[in-house]
Amino acid sequence: MTWQDGWWAYVFIAIAGWLATDIWRWLGVLAGERLREDSEALNWVRAVATALVAAVIAKLVLYPSGVLEQSPLWLRLGAVVLGAVAFFLARQKPAVGIATAIATLAAGLWWLGF
Amino acid sequence: MERVKDERSALAWFLTGARGIFSLPAIILMLSFVGFCSLTAQAGIPSEQVVFMTGIVWALPAKVILVSSVLSGASLATAFLAVTLSSVRLMPMVAALVPELRTPKTPTWLLLVLSHFIAITAWVFAMERVQQVPRAHRVTFFAGFGITLVATNMVLVAIVYRLVADFPPIIAGCLFFLTPVYFLASIWNSARHRVVYLALAIGLVAGPLFYWLLPEFDILLAGVGGGTLAWFVERSWRLRREAGA
Repeated sequence: MTWQDGWWAYVFIAIAGWLATDIWRWLGVLAGERLREDSEALNWVRAVATALVAAVIAKLVLYPSGVLEQSPLWLRLGAVVLGAVAFFLARQKPAVGIATAIATLAAGLWWLGF
Repeated sequence: MERVKDERSALAWFLTGARGIFSLPAIILMLSFVGFCSLTAQAGIPSEQVVFMTGIVWALPAKVILVSSVLSGASLATAFLAVTLSSVRLMPMVAALVPELRTPKTPTWLLLVLSHFIAITAWVFAMERVQQVPRAHRVTFFAGFGITLVATNMVLVAIVYRLVADFPPIIAGCLFFLTPVYFLASIWNSARHRVVYLALAIGLVAGPLFYWLLPEFDILLAGVGGGTLAWFVERSWRLRREAGA
């Protein structure tokens, strides 16, 4: 792989990154003029799209890269669960859930001597 | 004179959109980009390429998948496929936002250009606030927010990339963790349809399950399989309730 050197990296990013994402944005614009907001087809597309992102979220939590690779799974899951509990107790305020999850993770990492 | 006044008010709406950079979702996104810097710095991707990626790909999950593909030594075709399959969600997001933004006079090319600035944060922000903007100025308002958000994050990435390598491990770990936690909270919070909650729950379980069964296609299978299941279950509930009512 010559990923690191020169123009090839930019071509790689342009094709596998820009083209791969903007295709869907362009199709979204064209479909947005046709797809009805209350149609069953849009409902299905919405469900598939959400499940895709949920799978990405689960992978980031279960199989993280970098520093968190060495952190225990129970800590990461515990942080998400406590964050979720705080989120619902605070009437679904994202900031509260996010702050609780991050604070739990930070405290756990500190306790484990990271 | 009439025209000058009109242009000035368009500028004012552009700036109103640009001020969205100080909103909570924009600030969380910027923190997530700091986390992304730490991911790419640890992966050894040069900072110019990370800045380029930020501007040209924009969607953060797509970039995370692009970087992961590169790290696992994937070919161009494999990386393209992985990013394409994971970015399908941009299509319904854009499709849902476009009817809110456009007027009968809005040219399609302008929407095609502006669609580049749509990723989850800009989408959540726009869906929430565009209702309070007069329809004639919605496209300008969104352009102000979208362009400012992308440009700011490109500058942020260029600066922060050089600093993150020195971050203590706890900070680096927390910054990485912001991304999944933020997506989780913001998808739940911005969901307007019951099927989204169900798809989110099923996807969280289906992702690891398919990673265990068929790691090559885990995200695609979890998305199509889990999403279809969520859609089917929600539809059955809905039909049964309608039949009962």
